[in-house]
Amino acid sequence: MNAIKTSLIWLLISLVGASAIGGIALHRGESINALWFITAALCVYAIAYRFYARWLSTRVFVLDETRATPAERLDNGSDFTPTHRWIVFGHHFAAIAGPGPLIGPTLAAQFGYLPGTLWIIFGAVLGGCVQDMAILFLSTRRNGKSLGQMARDELGLLGGSAALIATFAIMIILISVLGLVVVNAMKHSPWGTFTVAATIPIALLVGVYMRYLRPGHVLEASALGVGLLLCAVAAGGFVDSHPTLHKWFDQDGLTLAWCIMGYGFAAAIMPVWMLLAPRDYLSTYMKIGTISLLAIAIVLLQPDIKMPALTPFIEGNGPIFGGKLFPFVFITIACGAISGFHALISSGTTPKLISNERYIPLIGYGSMLLESFVAIMAMIAATVLEPGVFFAINSSAGVVGSDALAATAKITAWGYPVTALQMQSLAQQMGEATLFARTGGAPSLAVGMASIFGSAFGQGMLAMWYHFAIMFEAIFILTTLDAGTRVGRFMLQDMLGNLWPKMAETSWLPSVILSSAVVVAGWGYFLYIGVIDPNGGVNILWPLFGIANQMLAAIALAIATGILVKSKQLKFSWVTAVPLLWLVIITTTTAWQKLVSPDVRIGFLAAAEQLSLQLNQHLLSPEKASVAPQLIINLNVDAVITFIFTSLMWLIVLDMLHTCYRYLTDQPTSPLSETPHEVSLLNAEWVRD
Amino acid sequence: MLKKLLLLWQGIRHLSGDDAYERYLLHHHVQHSQENIPVLSKAEFFKRWQDQQWQGIKRCC
Repeated sequence: MNAIKTSLIWLLISLVGASAIGGIALHRGESINALWFITAALCVYAIAYRFYARWLSTRVFVLDETRATPAERLDNGSDFTPTHRWIVFGHHFAAIAGPGPLIGPTLAAQFGYLPGTLWIIFGAVLGGCVQDMAILFLSTRRNGKSLGQMARDELGLLGGSAALIATFAIMIILISVLGLVVVNAMKHSPWGTFTVAATIPIALLVGVYMRYLRPGHVLEASALGVGLLLCAVAAGGFVDSHPTLHKWFDQDGLTLAWCIMGYGFAAAIMPVWMLLAPRDYLSTYMKIGTISLLAIAIVLLQPDIKMPALTPFIEGNGPIFGGKLFPFVFITIACGAISGFHALISSGTTPKLISNERYIPLIGYGSMLLESFVAIMAMIAATVLEPGVFFAINSSAGVVGSDALAATAKITAWGYPVTALQMQSLAQQMGEATLFARTGGAPSLAVGMASIFGSAFGQGMLAMWYHFAIMFEAIFILTTLDAGTRVGRFMLQDMLGNLWPKMAETSWLPSVILSSAVVVAGWGYFLYIGVIDPNGGVNILWPLFGIANQMLAAIALAIATGILVKSKQLKFSWVTAVPLLWLVIITTTTAWQKLVSPDVRIGFLAAAEQLSLQLNQHLLSPEKASVAPQLIINLNVDAVITFIFTSLMWLIVLDMLHTCYRYLTDQPTSPLSETPHEVSLLNAEWVRD
Repeated sequence: MLKKLLLLWQGIRHLSGDDAYERYLLHHHVQHSQENIPVLSKAEFFKRWQDQQWQGIKRCC
């Protein structure tokens, strides 16, 4: 009887999910309710988790409940500790969910709501979740080894070095693009700049509080910090209206970019307890609080999506970034669908905490489902805006012109009506001087969130909600920025240590300063170019980030596929091989177009050529001519980087195929590095429930 | 209901590390009570715990 009831419930979930997916896919009216998106996503997640993740656990990875995990065998009370599954879930989710799933979907909304939404839902359940779960499983079976170590063990020195280079490269590109997003959100916005700047002293105060004033009182200190952050948002309104203070915090992009570089450098060399740790606490609470609030507001308010399902920009002439729907939607939305970066977390702290292998689906697969859901909410927040407003905020001056009337006329001509007056009154409501050409995704997401929060919890405080949303995005972008710079510094010190062992000493000041400066110079360069680029920079940097992230995912999936084949699971190896193949296709296609496309909005080399031609024929305005030589060099640098990324990915995939071929033809290969089975003795109640 | 709220509160404390020292004392009591390892003070423990928390890649995109 119970079995029939369960089957009926799952049948019902399938039917509801299928009709919701059908609804959003086939709907061609004026607007569609956001609840359809939530329903579609939740039903697909439920089915995928109940059936696919369970099948993966029992048939493909063959999880073994009787096997002792590294947390049990190597329990030392600190990094290896058997921990309750929901606590591990919380840590893992907090680590994987960064600003990526908020920005990618916002940018990809230029194609309409449909392509991004479908990719977020299905990319996650078939690709991203499988990758996270596979790497978590493999690392748990290998004493919590990192992705780089596993690559070296299973694929050899080449795979290991490629994984190391890829990780370092992705870090540099990621930080620069995130820096650019923050700069664009703060540019000429005294309110936003003040609020973001205030997060630094607040974090310092919280750091001192939990280290010295009341040692170990983490929650108390965090509550104090969150309270102060909210005060800072309110105080920003005062700063904005104060004539002198207004001038202090009203800065142009370049000044802000230099400030961010200085901040990143300082954060990388300061002790973690001062800035990094307290900021991380604050950003985690803000993130979880705001995302939950957004979910509640969407369910309460049930807003209508105003963006059409598809826009004409799928043909490749979109204002936010150039390129056709295929492959660019898959590159633009990396986090939220599949993100290689997660493989670093799944092979980091998490496998050292899992008390039993049976929790791997919950933590590996489940956390990624939740991140995918965050991306769906970002998509909703971006598409509840009038499309005309959305494009006016996100189109750079290089595309629509810097004059308000001309810009709105151009966007209206695309078929998305918007007026200069409408934009001005919106900016006024949000407490901003202008909302034109605020590229990067953060401001339009903030406008979307502010309008959702405003309608659900009180319209009167739109400006407050807007700056709250900006602060919320900026605080964890800056957390990723300083944590990333620090990790980059450690990686560089490690690499330099091979040449001169003294450099690897993480507390030797000259090495610390030198390696921090090199890392900051690396991302600072791309950030600088992004700021001076009249086309907004996001157009170039975000696809580069997408390629880097997908390349890392390809490395992770290649490792997993190779191990599956060597573990006599050839017939099931498609679970990682198919997502791998898809990533190889989209990454290679993107890279190819980025290198050879004659369209100057896509091809790096074509753009460089056109720019140098215009420069030689004196066709550029003096302003543009002064930055053109730097832009030309940068376009060539980008082309080289794209080529290196793609070649690295191919090297690893071919290396994996070679290893598999040798294994299948009974030639010697490196043995599996799995630790031997030891019986788990843990069955205490607290671990189980 | 009250029990569930209490459980949630414990979860939050555990996740944030608010109860890390209490867990350390317990671990110390269970594992090392026979040996002669001195117990760290809360401030000293917290320093080590915080520094150890920040090794490796902690945050993602």
